[in-house]
Amino acid sequence: MDSIVIHSLKKTYGKGQPPAVDIRGDLCISKGELFGIIGPDGAGKTTLFRMLATLVSPDSGTAVLEGYDVMADYRKIRTILGYMPGRFSLYSDLSVRENLEFFASVFGKDLESNYGLIENIYCRLKPFERRKAGKLSGGMKQKLALCCSLIHSPSILFLDEPTTGVDPSSRRELWENLAQLKASGMTIVVSTAYMDEACRCDRVGMMKSGRFLTVDSPERIISGFDRRLVSVKSDEMFRLLHDLRGIGDVDRCYTFGETHHLTLKPGSRMTVREIGSVLAGKYGHKGVSVAETDATLEDCYMNLEEKL
Amino acid sequence: MKEFFAFVKKEFLHIFRDTRTLLVLIGLPTVLIVLFGFAISTEIRNVNVGLFSADADDSVERLMRKIDQSEYFTYVGRFNTEEDVDEAMRRGVIDAAVMFGSGFSSALYSPEGAEVFIAADATNPNNASMEIMYLSGIIAEYFKDDISAIHAAGPQDGSVTASGMLQPNLHMLYNPQLKSSYNFVPGIMGLILMLICSLMTSVSIVREKESGSMEVLLVSPIRPINIVLAKMIPYFVIACVVLVNILLLTIFVLKVPIAGSFFWMILVSVIYIILSLGIGMLVSSLVRTQIIATLICGMIFLVPVMMFSGMLYPIESMPVALQWFAQIIPAKWFIEAIRKIMIEGVPVRYVTVEILIMTAMAVAVFTAAVIKFKDKLD
Amino acid sequence: MESENVIEVVHLTKKFGDFTAVDDISFHVRRGEIFGFLGANGAGKTTAMRMLTGLSFPTSGKGTVAGFDIRTQSELIKKHIGYMSQKFALYGDLTVRDNLELFAGIYGVPRKETDARIDNLLGRLSMSHEKNSRVRDLPQGWKQKLAFSVSIIHKPEIVFLDEPTGGVDPAARRQFWELIYEAVDEGITAFVTTHYMDEAEYCDRISMMVDGRIEALDSPGALKEKFGAASIAEVFDILARGAKRTE
Repeated sequence: MDSIVIHSLKKTYGKGQPPAVDIRGDLCISKGELFGIIGPDGAGKTTLFRMLATLVSPDSGTAVLEGYDVMADYRKIRTILGYMPGRFSLYSDLSVRENLEFFASVFGKDLESNYGLIENIYCRLKPFERRKAGKLSGGMKQKLALCCSLIHSPSILFLDEPTTGVDPSSRRELWENLAQLKASGMTIVVSTAYMDEACRCDRVGMMKSGRFLTVDSPERIISGFDRRLVSVKSDEMFRLLHDLRGIGDVDRCYTFGETHHLTLKPGSRMTVREIGSVLAGKYGHKGVSVAETDATLEDCYMNLEEKL
Repeated sequence: MKEFFAFVKKEFLHIFRDTRTLLVLIGLPTVLIVLFGFAISTEIRNVNVGLFSADADDSVERLMRKIDQSEYFTYVGRFNTEEDVDEAMRRGVIDAAVMFGSGFSSALYSPEGAEVFIAADATNPNNASMEIMYLSGIIAEYFKDDISAIHAAGPQDGSVTASGMLQPNLHMLYNPQLKSSYNFVPGIMGLILMLICSLMTSVSIVREKESGSMEVLLVSPIRPINIVLAKMIPYFVIACVVLVNILLLTIFVLKVPIAGSFFWMILVSVIYIILSLGIGMLVSSLVRTQIIATLICGMIFLVPVMMFSGMLYPIESMPVALQWFAQIIPAKWFIEAIRKIMIEGVPVRYVTVEILIMTAMAVAVFTAAVIKFKDKLD
Repeated sequence: MESENVIEVVHLTKKFGDFTAVDDISFHVRRGEIFGFLGANGAGKTTAMRMLTGLSFPTSGKGTVAGFDIRTQSELIKKHIGYMSQKFALYGDLTVRDNLELFAGIYGVPRKETDARIDNLLGRLSMSHEKNSRVRDLPQGWKQKLAFSVSIIHKPEIVFLDEPTGGVDPAARRQFWELIYEAVDEGITAFVTTHYMDEAEYCDRISMMVDGRIEALDSPGALKEKFGAASIAEVFDILARGAKRTE
């Protein structure tokens, strides 16, 4: 069953500007799905969230959430939706508990009867209940914000870059929480700049210039990677980057953690061994190691991003 | 309703957590009133007055005793020649002198009237004009009483001419003790209530837009208009507290009695508070940042309050264009109404116009604010 | 005498009341290296960085940055370092050129060199055609690259980068790191905090801060070996699990 259905949404801010969001065709997100959105800054992620959250009216097209139209039934949608905007910072002068109680009563709920859903997340915050929200660390703030957006047991949850500025451990905890929420049947749409997070989603939409370039499961996106991918390492990584770009058969080369990844141009027959000997010979690199490697979602992003 | 009160509670929490702002809101009017009161009570004090009279006249001596009794003036003594007066003033023995020509008393009852000269040391022009104004006031009053006392059929109560600028002054007319402290109280009320209601309300609403919490609140079942109304309640309460504070200070510290109806004065103030809250709401629905909200409220609503309150300049002496502009300033009507009720003590029918205009403004502002208020971001 | 270490810190401690934000840390940063300064939110990174940049006075311990004492010569330190944070980058309402001139002035770049340096910088970023655009109209990735270039416009000995790539997509992050590499290639030392563990791999050496202390410091390879981990992310998890501080 579809939880969210988007029919060709379009939104332009100001005359003469390119559209912020310009989705053509239909996109369906099913109930209980964890849907990730990735894309560069300005791709239209936030505008898309705002249109789906009934905060911004689309110029054309429409979207239906749990059977309610974002334009006609926006009041209904607001009762079933949890939304955590990117820069949501809660009320820093109110305590953790006061924030939570406030948001509970905004939705006409009391804290006790809805505590079950947030218990797992809130248990980490419990010792700091009386602390002002402004004094919490980044990770804790995000947990509290998540609790506040969940307090009314929404059927759909939108998270706009929830993990920006959050350390790796807190990020992992947050994603464990999302997995639990998903298991309870909640539909979750989340945008992120982290590819490891995107990999945890059922499906990922790669967005650029207001459009989805591709929407598929991470596995299928990765298996659709049709280039030969090579991972290279040497003792001088920065020089290596430039030298690799100088090799004619190399299409694209970028840093990748402790190695550099490169894709070879279509039709290139250059072998791993040949690359190694060019580097060691012509360029005089030491400690060279070259190997073909499997693509990750990040490689797919890097090469897809290049296309536009 | 429960949601609504949760909001009101939250707003009160915000306000009480921000102790500094709260102190400014409560403290500012107190400081202003005490400062103005102090400044005004010392504006002229212990002015030494001399007398020159060509004839020895009982009536003139009684007048000087009356001047001496006033808290501002001290009667120094009589001088025999105009040169002596000049000399005394130059040496600083006297600051002002009252001078009567010969045949003053008889001329007083003649159709032509009598002449009295008031001279003042104009080294400090402000003080001089103030002294002349006060002195001529006392003199005019004295001769008025004098004339009515003897039931004279004389055509005029000694027409008074002064050597300095002597202008008719309404303020004096209604202020027999010559205390000018009255005038600034309505001005301060107009200023502070506008500050609390429009500036604080709009800034607090816009702050939610800036921090992103408005997005979350909009995406909730609560009616967005309730968010805004809930914001107004705490500031309404604070405005009322400040109003009471100002009135208590006025009555007990400045010792200025409320001349007219207390009920109507409170009612007029409440209308003004509601009008100001509406302005705050309207501003908040038009702007996105706290800075802009502060600037708009400050420049468009607060500065004119200062200008047109009569605290700085009398409206009557402004250019016509500015006088017209003053008509659209809500505070102008409020200050006028309060001045009439509180100081002149006139019956409420004389402030009907002010009340109607403020009510109409409140209705217009709220209508505009509600129309302008969006429950979406674009 | 020019030391081979641009940062040297011994027993540096910062307390706020009862709370010890930075607890007796000692380390050094070598000239020309990329030093990754990692740790969970609230581990004390920001406080430590403030002491190094002369914005905060240590409770105890001592240290030098670019050869100057962090206790007594903080004004001199500020002249020899660059600083860039994700939170504040450039003035959005000024044009690219206005911003560059402003910061060149602030950092004391000689007048007659300013124009040449600005042209050179814009040329390298291939942004010469955007000279008169307002900064707020630029894409986020460009803004950050520009902000970094500005932070090294006065050719500092060391540049402090506080989460420079937060919220930036993978492609833009890589372009940014290439700029860091380039700067380091020219002899500038980079001191970087980040939450991206793949970026930690780009560093020559990384330190891991837990509860105000430096629990590990070595090259990424050596750390992975030492903790038997496949990635720096795993090392981070192992160390973070031992954290007592929950804030």
